Amino acid sequence: MAEAVKHEQTLPSHPEKATLEGKNKFLGFWFFLGGETVLFASLFGTYLGLRNGVADGPTSQDLFHLDLVFIMTMILLTSSLTSVFAMINMKKGNFKGLIIWMWATVFLGACFLGFEIYEFIVYVDYGLGFTTSAFASSFYTLVGTHGGHVLFGILWISTLLIRYRKAGITLTNAPKFYVASLYWHFIDVVWVFIFTVVYLMGV
Amino acid sequence: MSNAQAQKSVLWDWLTTVDHKKIGIMYLVAGGFFFALGGLEAILMRIQLMFPNFDFVTAQTFNELLTMHGTTMIFLAAMPLLFGFMNYIVPLQIGARDVAFPFLNSLGFWLFLFGGVLLNLSWFLGGAPDAGWTAYVPLSSEYSGTGIDYYVLGLQISGLGTLIAGINFLVTIINMRAPGMSMMRMPLFTWSSFVASALILFAFPALTVGLLLLMLERLFGATYFAVDVGGNVVIWQHLFWIFGHPEVYILILPAFGIFSEVLSTFSKKRLFGYSAMVFATLIIGFLGFMVWAHHMFTVGIGPVANAIFAVATMAIAVPTGIKIFNWLFTMWGGRIQFTTANLFAIAFIPSFVMGGVTGIMLATSAANYQFHDTYFVVAHFHYVIIGGVVFGLFSGAFYWWPRMFGYKLNETLGKWFFWLFLFGFHLTFFVQHFIGLMGMPRRVASYLPGQGIDELNFVSTMGAFLMSVAFILLVVNVIVSVKNKSEADPWDGRTLEWAIPTPTPEYNFAQTPLVRELDALWYEKTHGNGKIKAAEPLDDIHMPNGSILPIFMSLGLFLASFGLIYQVHPVTIIGLAITLGAMFIRSIKEDHGYHIHKEDIKKEEGVG
Ligand code: HEM
Ligand SMILES: [Cu+2]
Repeated sequence: MAEAVKHEQTLPSHPEKATLEGKNKFLGFWFFLGGETVLFASLFGTYLGLRNGVADGPTSQDLFHLDLVFIMTMILLTSSLTSVFAMINMKKGNFKGLIIWMWATVFLGACFLGFEIYEFIVYVDYGLGFTTSAFASSFYTLVGTHGGHVLFGILWISTLLIRYRKAGITLTNAPKFYVASLYWHFIDVVWVFIFTVVYLMGV
Repeated sequence: MSNAQAQKSVLWDWLTTVDHKKIGIMYLVAGGFFFALGGLEAILMRIQLMFPNFDFVTAQTFNELLTMHGTTMIFLAAMPLLFGFMNYIVPLQIGARDVAFPFLNSLGFWLFLFGGVLLNLSWFLGGAPDAGWTAYVPLSSEYSGTGIDYYVLGLQISGLGTLIAGINFLVTIINMRAPGMSMMRMPLFTWSSFVASALILFAFPALTVGLLLLMLERLFGATYFAVDVGGNVVIWQHLFWIFGHPEVYILILPAFGIFSEVLSTFSKKRLFGYSAMVFATLIIGFLGFMVWAHHMFTVGIGPVANAIFAVATMAIAVPTGIKIFNWLFTMWGGRIQFTTANLFAIAFIPSFVMGGVTGIMLATSAANYQFHDTYFVVAHFHYVIIGGVVFGLFSGAFYWWPRMFGYKLNETLGKWFFWLFLFGFHLTFFVQHFIGLMGMPRRVASYLPGQGIDELNFVSTMGAFLMSVAFILLVVNVIVSVKNKSEADPWDGRTLEWAIPTPTPEYNFAQTPLVRELDALWYEKTHGNGKIKAAEPLDDIHMPNGSILPIFMSLGLFLASFGLIYQVHPVTIIGLAITLGAMFIRSIKEDHGYHIHKEDIKKEEGVG
């Protein structure tokens, strides 16, 4: 039961990988992200294959405005940075710093999601429904799947933050926070590709 | 902490178990059931094709049988049966007490089972899927009934389970090996399970996306495959085969692993060319991702693409050939014992080589225009899948049965089973090469008389009957052999799974073993006292607690699927809420397991 006890003073420098369970989680999660990469690659491939299939609907040139997407990108990149700060605090054993920076990450994630929903609403108003054209379907599927991942990340990290709000850093929760931040970076990287492939190549 | 498990009822114990051995057995039972079901579907098809213009089942039913046969055999029989062995045997072979993620392991099983049940419920709820196991669009997107919705969601759920299982095996094999069990001392079955798991990890997400798109297209009106609004039907084929070709290697590699173990054990020789075998497995795994378009030669992807994919496909024959020769050299000069397990392994070699040769023929892209979508293809893939995967499953079953169930299958009945099955198999599928070359297309519900294929089709059906008789003998064998209690090491084994008492204790190894060589047990038999050395003193053993949550997570998705299929979205939401709720509980509840005490272990092991 040793791993359940608080070790605030004596935590190893990598609390997330100090137990076998932690190591397993860490490695397993990397593999999971490998699978996620193929998942998004498939969606990107589909989008690239269909992005000119606009039928009578609006084209990407009609719709995309880089300023909004640029703000979204900045928000998401910043949220990655705050999660890095959280991890640095975790490794230093500063629980309060961990919690605060993680909440900041969640907050920025929620802002991003808000903008995305706004963006979709604007596009729908403009005549790009989900079923309008193959371009529309593949666009919403790719970007929406990413948005779904952001939403899941927000719920997941919030759950951890509430569950462990008073626990301090332990060998049990350190891997959980660590893995959640890995996930967050991954979503961020995917967004960078979306920004490039969908928006920069689409205006 | 006391062992609370022990007091619970047997049923509850199995429903909540996170023990890799019990999960392995559940995979075998469920996989065996689906195997029988898929076999029945095949027999019904063969009866329909026994005579020209025969009227045994309608064309629609034939299409449903055809689709469900392929889908069931690949996703619900072959893969789960392999997972059964992987679950039970791999941790034992690497000297581990458990897998890396016992909870996820159980979740993987239940997802597979609920997915499989969902898929099969379609028979009773408006008709089974009828667009072939490949479900090509637009046939599946625009011209099929609810059956395809069951296909999409059933496979999505069970595919998720497969993905989880794959990650679990990868991490188990990397992180949970006993001291001294370096990667290059791992038995070949563990190695091939490792590579197959990597293929699962990188192949299944493509299927996930394919199924997602098909679902959105069918249920929410998306238009990826609707050509009139800019869609493209070939995308489905790419996604399907980017998954589909690695999938056939996911099936055959673990079978290759089984043959390596069996041939070496029953030749009383170390596997010939161990490191070449490992590298060949890795190369096959890698090349397996480079060849998917050989299923699409006739689609019109162009001569350059066709040529590249043809050459890449043929390249796989090289590492495969290396393996074949290594197996032959393993037997060469060995003291070969013709047990049933070994008979299947030996018969595999020529059968699989025939499948490989027709594979190369099919890979010749120009010639493929002639072969494609004929019975020639059917003959090819049954030679590799039955002659390879199914022979491997039977070989593994006879080999590991004593370890898993504590008794030996009867060898006399086993040999009857082997010869009948071997003969039936070749009778069924050898003639299909010629049926195909004479021009009979695959996936047709009937054919006209007088084309020179009547007799051959009749012969093929007779072979299928023989295989069914053989299978019944296997079932009989499983039942009548129960009394043949087996000792712990009935085959004079070479690897760690034979070093522990029978029945296998729930903690596997009382003390973590110390591995000193490849074929760890054999090394101790020839260089030591025949007992594996321990890497640690006897101590309390930590065990994970069982959990009912995996069933709820799977049940939630199962319910949500009905909500989606019938567009009753409150049900969808309730289902998803059950799944997410169970995940939430899992996430906030810290469960640190329990300990088995040193004294109890001593009692059970009969020491001290
Ligand atoms: C030397 C190795 C192999 C080569 C060169 C090869 C080549 C091919 C080619 C070119 C096709 C496409 C035929 C067509 O539709 O026109 C094909 C189909 C198929 N192969 Fe293989 N193959 C090989 C090994 C295997 C193995 C090991 C398995 C399974 C364990 C397998 C399972 C299948 C299946 C299931 C299909 C039919 C898929 C469908 O259309 O439903 N093959 N193979
Ligand atoms: Cu293939």
